[in-house]
Amino acid sequence: MRDYGAALASADTVSVADSSDVVSARQMVRTLAQRSGMSLVHQTKLVTAASELGRNMLVYGGGGVVRAATITEAERCGVYVEFEDRGPGIADIELALTDGWTSGSGMGLGLSGAKRLVDEFDISSGPDGTTVRILKWGR
Amino acid sequence: MTDRVPVLKIGEILLVSIQVDLEDQMVMDLQDDLSNRIVATGAKGVIIDISALEIVDSFVGRMLATNAAISRVLGAETIVVGMRPAVAMTLVELGLSLQGVRTALNLERGLKLLRRISAGRA
Repeated sequence: MRDYGAALASADTVSVADSSDVVSARQMVRTLAQRSGMSLVHQTKLVTAASELGRNMLVYGGGGVVRAATITEAERCGVYVEFEDRGPGIADIELALTDGWTSGSGMGLGLSGAKRLVDEFDISSGPDGTTVRILKWGR
Repeated sequence: MTDRVPVLKIGEILLVSIQVDLEDQMVMDLQDDLSNRIVATGAKGVIIDISALEIVDSFVGRMLATNAAISRVLGAETIVVGMRPAVAMTLVELGLSLQGVRTALNLERGLKLLRRISAGRA
């Protein structure tokens, strides 16, 4: 995945500390998706992915920050979202990305499902925390 | 304290119409409320209207499946109605097929389906 960090200069931000913040993060992403002119199906997929990743960072990472911004390129427009937590990190990312694998009480679809719903997906994790970056293009 | 989703009783049916963006705690409360109301009222059917929901993620999807299973054990059949097309497409791509959950396009068809099921049982 390319580095879209520069777009975050004008990012919207939501701090996630409880489950109502996950709703706020979801709403922030939806607003940006609508602003970027994304189709309803694409919006729904992006917001669903954001919901999965927002819950993951709360449950497994103890909360964190969600940043989102619209990305405009020559012929397309999209939304970039970053989820950063300071949790214990994910020991085996490959395993965590496997459908049906869960370390908790979930269905094991959070990471793998979110990845399928977006166009670009990147995850980095270490003992200082986990950052997931996603991007969905408008069409 | 978070809001609760109301559970309405109409005859032998419990109707749940979800009108707000669901927080995880509300989803868990609804599961409790619904099973308690089934037992308290002896309801034979449950209809969950999700036509106002803009997304159904794995957490809400699991709640729908678990509710259907719990209700069945308690003698009530659950029908989920009103799923938006974009939500259905997203759910399937997410990897959730809602196995064991009966669905209908809208409330009217859901009620018809419930009547047919209870007639078949009688």
